[in-house]
Amino acid sequence: MTKTIQEINEKIKSGKAVVVTADELVEMTKENGIKKTSTQVDVVTTGTFGPMCSSGVFLNIGHSTPKIKIGGGKVYLNGVVGYSGLAAVDIYLGATSLPENDPRNAIYPGSFNYGGAHVIEDLVAGKDIKLVVNAYGTDCYPRKNLTTYINLKDINEAILFNPRNCYQNYNVAVNLSKKTIYTYMGVLKPELGNANYCSAGQLSPLLKDPYLKTIGFGTRIFLGGGIGYVCWWGTQYNPSVNRKENGIPCSGGATLALIGDLKQMKQQYLKGGSFIGYGTSLIVGIGIPIPILNEEICRWASIPDEEIFAPVVDYSDDYPNFTGKILGEVNYAQLKSGQIELFGKKVPTGSLSSYKKAKEIASILKEWILNGKFFLSEYIFSFPDAKSGYKFKPLKERPII
Amino acid sequence: MEKKLVLHFPNALVDKPIISNLVRKFDLEFNILKAYVTPEEEGNLILELIGTEENLTNAVKHLKGLGVKVQSLSKQVEMIEEKCTHCTACVPLCPAGAISVDRETFTVKFNSKKCIACGICIKVCPTKARILKI
Repeated sequence: MTKTIQEINEKIKSGKAVVVTADELVEMTKENGIKKTSTQVDVVTTGTFGPMCSSGVFLNIGHSTPKIKIGGGKVYLNGVVGYSGLAAVDIYLGATSLPENDPRNAIYPGSFNYGGAHVIEDLVAGKDIKLVVNAYGTDCYPRKNLTTYINLKDINEAILFNPRNCYQNYNVAVNLSKKTIYTYMGVLKPELGNANYCSAGQLSPLLKDPYLKTIGFGTRIFLGGGIGYVCWWGTQYNPSVNRKENGIPCSGGATLALIGDLKQMKQQYLKGGSFIGYGTSLIVGIGIPIPILNEEICRWASIPDEEIFAPVVDYSDDYPNFTGKILGEVNYAQLKSGQIELFGKKVPTGSLSSYKKAKEIASILKEWILNGKFFLSEYIFSFPDAKSGYKFKPLKERPII
Repeated sequence: MEKKLVLHFPNALVDKPIISNLVRKFDLEFNILKAYVTPEEEGNLILELIGTEENLTNAVKHLKGLGVKVQSLSKQVEMIEEKCTHCTACVPLCPAGAISVDRETFTVKFNSKKCIACGICIKVCPTKARILKI
């Protein structure tokens, strides 16, 4: 039996849609089998809440009197460097941007207390943000300096645009060296002191639709507590990744570019993060609905943690030197138990991504759909698949002549 | 009652059975929270002692009399519930086993009784959900 998105939306409208979270679906299919479950369930909601560095906001602050052209000048938000290479009063602020005077790793490991991600969280929290602009002045935009407070409610637009979010699968980071290292995967103690992962596993959006059969350009989603959209495939997108028999990528795989109105978002689903020795990052809450259009989609969406494997990578050598070497594979059930075994050693695990918040997001999205507040969208086009030959390529470094 | 103490043993006392004598003499229970010897061969011990108030007071006097430097563990880590995202990044790093995870709900739980105030969780918490109280 197959369904269409239109039919599902009709059911949502009449309050008859059956919506479950991805972890609930895993249990349902264990009990009732794929075939029966696929006829019963209309939508599966997924969720993830983890640090995603490729995130940021476009802001239009409105014109001052007299006018100023930020473009080509310098702009700071609460001291954090913004990107000024746009039109007069448009700014981009990325999650990993820092104040010019942040000591970074000069005193190692740096603490990175405040960066772009924190400014974004403060904006969402409704706090005033100090804006400083230095411009060169033109006949049409004569003003050269501007120092003021801005607030999310007053500025024209605030668009969260994240070129790479929602990694399909992710490395498990370990440290084989003899000293502690400070990475974006957290603090890694020497000689396999701990193993850190960063995925919601069986709740994570792109692990539940491994070939992106239902997710494409225009898919409506939960983004940072508001409604957002998938607006391209993400950077470093790799549909040609090696896969297990069940379709699950053995490493990274697909990514998504996401967009949404920051003014709708909530602080608890968009948080600034400080990673000791590494930098700042935005912790983004995302939920994607998967319409159960047929049995095959239901089978993918019900793949449990036990059947989703992540590669274990040494972040003291193999990761920074891009060797591609993998130390082994572990599944998310093992990772979530708090301990894995590597080379005969019991290694405690930690996660950078919050499974608790992922569950919360999947539940909120479920409620939105059940209450008729959120309808599914048909995508406008699908993203490149493995047949297209699309790959994630390394940089070709060339000597400058 | 219970007391958490930080004890510094000078080089000359490191090889003496001070704690075992102490617990026998003053009828105390003890729990070693952290122990290490510095490169200068001074011993450092963070200890939880449980006994009557009188015995605990006398035990501290006894230690001081032997030349052990005694400080009470006055620093305390606190978890700020509303800032914690329950990511679990701190969990494998806690040397005292003071941070655990309810594997049903994936809620991070902090047991201040086990905490030795080393501060590692404060450094690694991405959302600054831990603070040190003195």
